Amino acid sequence: MIDWLALTVALPLLGSVLAAAIPARSPGIGMATGLLTTTAALSVGVLIAHAGELRSDLGGWGVPLGIALQADGLSGALLVMANLVALGISAYALGYFASGLRRHFWPLWLLLWSALNALFLAADVFNIYVTLELLGIAAAALGALTGGQAAIAANLRYLLVGLLGSMTYLLGVAILYTGLGTLDLRLAAESLTPGPLAWTAGALMLGGLLLKAALFPLHFWLPPAHAQAPAPVSAALSALVVKAAFYLVLRLWIDLFAPVVGPGPGILLGALGAGGVIWGSWRAFRSERLKLLAAYSTVAQVGYLFLFFPLLAAAALPKQQELLGALLLLALTHGFAKAGLFLSAGLLQKHAGHDRIAELGPAIRSLPAVAFAMGLAGVALVGLPPSGAFIAKWILLTESFAMDRWWWALVVLVGTLMASAYVFRLLANAFGPAAHQGAVELGGDVQTEKIGRMIQAPALLMALVAAVLLGLGAEPLWTLLGSRSP
Amino acid sequence: MATQLLFGLVGIILFLLGVWSFLAHRPLLRKLIALNVMGAGVFHVLVAVAYRGLEKTPDPIPHALVLTGIVVAVSATALALTLGQRLEHEDD
Amino acid sequence: MIPDNILPAAIVFSSLIPGLFIFLLDEKRHVLRTVLNMAGALAKLGLVGILILGVYEGRLIESRWTLAPGLDLVLSADALSVLFVTLSTVLWLVTTVYAIGYLEHSPHRSRFFGFFSLCVTATVGLALAGNLLTFVIFYEALTLATYPLVAHRGTPDSAQGARVYLAYTLGGGVLLLTGAVWLRSLAGPVDFSQGGMLSDLAGVYDGQLIVIFFLLLGGLGVKAALIPLHGWLPQAMVAPAPVSALLHAVAVVKAGAFGIIRVVYDIYGVVLAESLGLLSVLAVVTSVTIIYGSLRALSQDGLKKRLAYSTVSQVSYIALGASIFGPIATIGGVVHLVHQGIMKITLFFCAGNYAETLGVHKVSEMNGVGRRMPWTTLAFTVGALGMIGVPPMAGFVSKWYLGLGAAEAGSDWVLLVLVASSLLNAAYFFPILFRAWFKDPPARWPEEHISAGRLETAGALLWPPVVTAMLALAAGIFAAAPVSPLEWAELIARREYGL
Repeated sequence: MIDWLALTVALPLLGSVLAAAIPARSPGIGMATGLLTTTAALSVGVLIAHAGELRSDLGGWGVPLGIALQADGLSGALLVMANLVALGISAYALGYFASGLRRHFWPLWLLLWSALNALFLAADVFNIYVTLELLGIAAAALGALTGGQAAIAANLRYLLVGLLGSMTYLLGVAILYTGLGTLDLRLAAESLTPGPLAWTAGALMLGGLLLKAALFPLHFWLPPAHAQAPAPVSAALSALVVKAAFYLVLRLWIDLFAPVVGPGPGILLGALGAGGVIWGSWRAFRSERLKLLAAYSTVAQVGYLFLFFPLLAAAALPKQQELLGALLLLALTHGFAKAGLFLSAGLLQKHAGHDRIAELGPAIRSLPAVAFAMGLAGVALVGLPPSGAFIAKWILLTESFAMDRWWWALVVLVGTLMASAYVFRLLANAFGPAAHQGAVELGGDVQTEKIGRMIQAPALLMALVAAVLLGLGAEPLWTLLGSRSP
Repeated sequence: MATQLLFGLVGIILFLLGVWSFLAHRPLLRKLIALNVMGAGVFHVLVAVAYRGLEKTPDPIPHALVLTGIVVAVSATALALTLGQRLEHEDD
Repeated sequence: MIPDNILPAAIVFSSLIPGLFIFLLDEKRHVLRTVLNMAGALAKLGLVGILILGVYEGRLIESRWTLAPGLDLVLSADALSVLFVTLSTVLWLVTTVYAIGYLEHSPHRSRFFGFFSLCVTATVGLALAGNLLTFVIFYEALTLATYPLVAHRGTPDSAQGARVYLAYTLGGGVLLLTGAVWLRSLAGPVDFSQGGMLSDLAGVYDGQLIVIFFLLLGGLGVKAALIPLHGWLPQAMVAPAPVSALLHAVAVVKAGAFGIIRVVYDIYGVVLAESLGLLSVLAVVTSVTIIYGSLRALSQDGLKKRLAYSTVSQVSYIALGASIFGPIATIGGVVHLVHQGIMKITLFFCAGNYAETLGVHKVSEMNGVGRRMPWTTLAFTVGALGMIGVPPMAGFVSKWYLGLGAAEAGSDWVLLVLVASSLLNAAYFFPILFRAWFKDPPARWPEEHISAGRLETAGALLWPPVVTAMLALAAGIFAAAPVSPLEWAELIARREYGL
């Protein structure tokens, strides 16, 4: 019996060490590891589709001493998405990095990948802390890879804020252990009772995670960090790392702290989410640089995800499953769409030498495949049909009306209009006087490059998944989630 | 019993001090120290949790958590210091 | 041969697949591009023929795909959807030929024809939509597919026109979405059913149903160019003539009007709509639009702008038909969907011909153009007379039924509106005809791109308007024939009112 769960974590770790040891071969090692890891993740996904759940106790040690990995429908779906996106980013990174940076990129990237997988599969609250820290360190290091002033400053800030968040989380874990005597998610959920202990632990743990998930107004660190990082890293940060923190909030909310959280905290999260939607969309609209626009768009998207919480808290069980599926669909769509957008932005930046939106017209027009990818990603981000986000939004809107909480629907609709504004402001540049590659205006000593055909593929593929595949093929998600133990 | 309470309380106070210092002070080094003080606070709480009375051996799990936490804190601090140093050099 | 549950999906795919391939084609491959275009159009035509037979025999033809629990994508064929699908398919075929000729030597043709195909895919999809969710999905997809066509030329004017178009249509989309989800939360899945499906909710939820109606109307009214949501239409004239033809005769405006018909007949049902007072409001809005559009058309010198305002006015006839209670008015409105489409597309084809061949964009430049381009101007005349409502043109048939229906329902003021608008139509069309036929041509045309050879202009530009003009003539003269649009509209009305 192959332990697929353990492989998804162990393979990238191994690859990371190899890539660090043999820098000259690091791209090859990286890509091979990536393919193997993704295969493992897909196997996990397939097994969950059949069996409903997977659990593996590492080293044969059971609770409470051992470390376990487990996956259910929710974490399995996110695991598969994360690995597919990471694979796409890896393929892109093969062509993106020049020889100097690539020896540093691959070991760190594989480390991040391992941490990500471990996080989705974590079965106890302390393991979550470890994976969070690993993720944060790898992400900050990757973000500062280019070595420029702004990048280092932004990612240093990211690191520090992340540490604040995880320390807070850890204190919450300590208090939880005081009361429950166990760290395992399942066992803890069984023995948790409402009371000051649960409240304090919950507030600390969720608070720390919300900081990492960039919920408004705790989002301030995100735009500079994501905008300054190199494009493949930005894609990973926005599409995956932030999503991982959000997943943890969701997991703790519905599994561990379910007896404690009620409509009140739900409404608080929803209100903050609404703030994120409005503020993030507004700042995205005002951005002059493409990557900053994409980063603020992430803030808005995270806001959308939190809009589900007040409805989740107030809904009965069958409706909860429906909403959960929609939430999952939205998270998945956003993961693919954001990665597609950042990868496209990276190519445009390489081609034009800059990412100032107002002057990107010629570059966009000379790379039609990239423009199309951006268009599809934009459609998915706004939530227009036939993207997965549209279906998710439809369900969210219908339920807000059905549960007489139409103000959440209002936020979504306003957010949609604002998102349309900033997406189409960007896409309008795709239509203009005809241009071919090479005819891009060079300004002074700016570095520009020709873009090969292969490197355009990952962005296009991911945008297609977000804008079309997830919209039309999302039904299995609800079946997958149905296997969750309530 | 009192020892346990003392450790726990001190831990929480350290944590809060650390948070305040992190938010209030600008220089990188001070923020890093603040984070480490926060960490120390959490470790104190964990050590307090591990106490099971004079008769029994302490609970090993919180001790394992503390060890892991120390390792993580050290690595993170190291990265932060490196990045901070790079920033200093860029300034020159 | 083709199973009933695949047929509607196949019709949608028949333009989607070629369209996607066309995107990948190199600019130079015009033969392959033409082949793909025509293959798709002809395939669609064939499939639609099979569809018509099936609906006539009363078979249930439906494709269903589950998107999420309780959310199905449904493409089904009933009499109304078949009417619209046939119109779209026939006119797409003609417009494709025209566009190939019009855009010769233009850049970005692969991109253009790719989005062109997507546009028709979306139109056919919403025509065949069997529930509100499917309709909304394809309606929004239509916005996305048409935006690149409006912006195609890449000039600052095009960018501006496209921006305005997008602002209006996305805003309308949000209104439509709001109404749709609200209705869904009240009524469950909103499947289109003849006679309406909301009768259970009447009485209890009246207030909400009224607000929902106006939200839906707002969203649909943007594309249907109802006052005051029509502002994008004249601005969108910056698009190349094939796009204007497609937008104004086949796709966008018709989609809005079609949606209004669906909402009134197959969601609310005439009885409920009447009892909630919604029909009266709709009648007023459409009447105002009809008059306003005609008035604005009078003052336009730009030919396409004049035709744009004429469209604003004429499309509202369709919604007007829906707003008058009674099968005869219904017939008038529904049949005008077809008639207006054929006539308007003729007019736009001719406008395009004048611009492409002679550089004539304004009415004031059209003196004597009938001598230089007689066939085009003949087609234009047929279309114009139809718009005015001169018998035996198709336009006359629609207006006759509308007037009769209005009289039967006791809404005499609608008759006044119809007469007034016909007079206004005459006022802005007759001068054009007079100039074209009876005035002397100028010494030189503004920009003679295509000189008079055996034919007055390129073949691909000449045949489409001639063909559609003949169709318009036939629809009027042979209106009583068993296969005319009028007969089909009567079938729809019969089924709607349960006669």
